[in-house]
Amino acid sequence: MSQAILFWCLTLAQGLLVAAMAMAAWRAAHGPRAQDRVLGLDTFYLNGMLLLLVFGVRTGGAIYFYAALIIGMLGFAATVALAKFLMRGEVIE
Amino acid sequence: MIRALFPHPLLALGLFATSLLMSGSVEPPAIALAAVLALATPQVMRALDAQTIRIRSPRAILALAGCVVIDVLRSNWAVSAIILGRRRHERRSGFIHVPLDLKDRYALAVLAVILTATPGTLWVEYDSATGRLLLHVLDLVEEEEWIRLIKDRYERRLMEIFE
Amino acid sequence: MTVADLPAWACVTVGLLAVAGAALSFLGAVGLCSFKTFYERVHAPTLGATLGMALIVAASILFFTLVEGRFMPRELLIGVFLTVTTPVTLILLGRAALFRDRTEFARDDASDDA
Repeated sequence: MSQAILFWCLTLAQGLLVAAMAMAAWRAAHGPRAQDRVLGLDTFYLNGMLLLLVFGVRTGGAIYFYAALIIGMLGFAATVALAKFLMRGEVIE
Repeated sequence: MIRALFPHPLLALGLFATSLLMSGSVEPPAIALAAVLALATPQVMRALDAQTIRIRSPRAILALAGCVVIDVLRSNWAVSAIILGRRRHERRSGFIHVPLDLKDRYALAVLAVILTATPGTLWVEYDSATGRLLLHVLDLVEEEEWIRLIKDRYERRLMEIFE
Repeated sequence: MTVADLPAWACVTVGLLAVAGAALSFLGAVGLCSFKTFYERVHAPTLGATLGMALIVAASILFFTLVEGRFMPRELLIGVFLTVTTPVTLILLGRAALFRDRTEFARDDASDDA
């Protein structure tokens, strides 16, 4: 019984995180400006990382933790690089 | 001698803990790897010639941490309420200028992290010549109140810790 | 201990923590979509990056500590890492947006004069 509660809670959490990723992707695709797209991408990375953590709890595997850590680091590097690029002020839109 | 081995003791301690957490064990090989990292990496930092951090009052750190945790919880609640659409009409957001007396670079970095990590406020720009900070606030009711809040709750404690 | 032997209170706590964290991240994404200006939207993802992340990390730590039978605070690394990096990215983004707004206003003024 309590295992079923855990299972459905984790499914609900995953559903919410996937919906959050979809909304972030929408923001990244629609803009309206370049900084909105970068912000959408950053949120997408963040929610993807949290989704992997929930996957880890669901399967009980340690590998998802390392995957989440790597996504976090790559997302950080990507967003910083993109923001720096926007700061130069000469971006072709 | 101790100074030569550990030019940045806090960094060494942090690396030791990080390495142990990554290995996920406290067996001798994991401890050996963590010790090597903690000894070798601060030597690399020596080449960067980073200023060492002086902490005046460790007790003030605890007070500040507690204050930040409470504020993060409270502002999470406030921003959730805004997103869910309560008080949509009277809310307005905007930029405010905060005059800061804080000069220490590390203290300013900590303040930037605190202000940005609390939902509802975003550190935008700091001018080190005039000490003025440009802050964006999501729910700007009273400008004076925000300035007083930042100066009382964070700046005073950060000055106790660093300066 | 395997997942099947987890006591009922642990299952419920882990599940509720995960759902609460995911709900906060979801709310942040809703804000990202519904706010009108960029500077308002920047505030929305911090919801998931602070408390949302902390709740999911807490769920994960509690789960693995109980299942493996020893204290496993591995996920704290992710928590510390995110707390330090999210402000950096958001500050950089805010400054980039301000810089672009200013240069664009300057360009508009210049073209008005000409």
